[in-house]
Amino acid sequence: MGKTISEKILSSHAGTEASAGEMVIAELDYMMAQDGTAPLAIRGFEGMKGAGVAFPERVALCIDHNAPSPLRSVSELHSIMRDFAGRYGLELNDVGEGVCHQVMLDKAHVLPGNVVIGADSHTCTYGAVNAFATGVGSTDFAAGMLSGSLWFRVPETIKVTVNGTLPEGAYAKDVALMMVGSITADGATYMALEIGGETIAALELDGRLTISNLAVEMGAKVGLMEADDKTLAFFKDRTKTKFKPVSADEDANYANALEFDVSGLEPQVARPHQVDNVVAVGEVEGTPIAEGLIGTCTNGRLEDLRVAAGILNGGKVAPGVRLIVAPASREVMLQALREGLIETLTEAGASVMCPGCASCVGTHQGVPGDGENVISTANRNFKGRMGNPEAFIYLASPATVAASCIEGKITDPRRYPVSPP
Amino acid sequence: MVIKGTAHKFGDDVNTDYIIAGRYKFKTLDMDELACHVMEDLDPEFSNRCQEGDFIVAGKNFGCGSSREQAPLALKHAGVAAVLAQSFARIYFRNSINNGLPALVCDTSGIKDGDELEIDLENGKIRDVTGGIELQSSPMPKVMLDILAEGGLVEYMRKHGSLSLERESA
Repeated sequence: MGKTISEKILSSHAGTEASAGEMVIAELDYMMAQDGTAPLAIRGFEGMKGAGVAFPERVALCIDHNAPSPLRSVSELHSIMRDFAGRYGLELNDVGEGVCHQVMLDKAHVLPGNVVIGADSHTCTYGAVNAFATGVGSTDFAAGMLSGSLWFRVPETIKVTVNGTLPEGAYAKDVALMMVGSITADGATYMALEIGGETIAALELDGRLTISNLAVEMGAKVGLMEADDKTLAFFKDRTKTKFKPVSADEDANYANALEFDVSGLEPQVARPHQVDNVVAVGEVEGTPIAEGLIGTCTNGRLEDLRVAAGILNGGKVAPGVRLIVAPASREVMLQALREGLIETLTEAGASVMCPGCASCVGTHQGVPGDGENVISTANRNFKGRMGNPEAFIYLASPATVAASCIEGKITDPRRYPVSPP
Repeated sequence: MVIKGTAHKFGDDVNTDYIIAGRYKFKTLDMDELACHVMEDLDPEFSNRCQEGDFIVAGKNFGCGSSREQAPLALKHAGVAAVLAQSFARIYFRNSINNGLPALVCDTSGIKDGDELEIDLENGKIRDVTGGIELQSSPMPKVMLDILAEGGLVEYMRKHGSLSLERESA
């Protein structure tokens, strides 16, 4: 019987032949925590009273959710992280380095075929580069630091095939939202997704990462894709470490198979207050908005900023609307500066924030006011998510957010051609 | 060991942002402070209503969303003795067990808000005394039972130094 990608990767990392439903203890190639989860993990690690960090070179701590610190109490937590990283020789990505998931990719801390844990649910993002990457809590991360391994239940896999050429105005984010709307918030609970098909193959890495990023919004453990030439090209100049991509066997056993044809896909929007509350943009067009957000681990990459700048080029953010733009990492920020994207966006009236999670988590800047509608490229729109339970969050692609900010209301981005600056 | 308490009923897809909002969770490690804000955006009075030893009884997909471990921890500090649900999101499920807060999968549809429950944690047997229902929770993996038996993963790792799938129960 053939194996799925998850079965193969977990088997090789556990040194045993394991199938879906079985339990393994797998060696971790890398592990990461951020400033919302690391302080609690450090407390747990110290409580475990172990010998130390098993593989310090496999650990990164990131200050991104609350960066720069808005409060003294947050600064204390950041100090705890810096101190711990210093003591144990761990990589510390400080304020401005960027969103943890982007930094992990920029620095090639995750490679095809790897097992990677992150104390952040969107660790599933790296499934797009063929890694078994999954989110864990602080204490699991602490146990991982201590021993270099963690227990897993090998998940069953749902094979997702996406075919069709994306029409003008529809992007990877729209594919992702469509999938979440169809599969629903718990449709893939405890399952692995293997996402493939011609649409995925046609996407650049930036867009593939967007889709894997939303795997956890369907309850999935991982959102895996096969590695191809684009994947290899991404890592080519980033690492000298050898890696071996993992493919599913032809006769692998899947729990379910889903097929989507996106050749007629319209831009999608997730309405408040659930990620799977997805409709075509036409159903919410005209909804007034007060704030836009372009950024986050979902859509803060270069391709996203290029599309946004292409729509806002020569245009202006509507009066009464503030558009916040947060490049996902220092690397993305630098490249965006060099391409003139930051200038174009700023000319149009966008306010560019330092690389990090920005307004997504409601911890620092960009908290919406009572009754305000926000349109955001993030991945969650729960009530109170952005810091105010009296606000309403709509999720969409960077194109939809950009077009909406020009009009001051939710707008079909197909009304605005993308003209690169 | 049999524990008794009152059921607080919630619906489906109670996410961890609802359990403890980001605007609180990211600025402190004081769980007693966070306990005052549990479920605030869903049910502002919950933290006042919840008594020591009470239970949360939910629908599907409890704990979905963010991996924040402060979610089960703050619930525990608010006095919640166990969470029963039709199903749990997986990161939350692990986090709950890692913090010694039992998370029991069972058919919660018949349990009503305010019902008095008796739970035999060892056997996973639940009795809704008010509603006259008997339920059996689904078994969890042995490694999770071992972690729960120690009171949580910190205690487990302190005692054993490493994880094992085949450990003799304490």
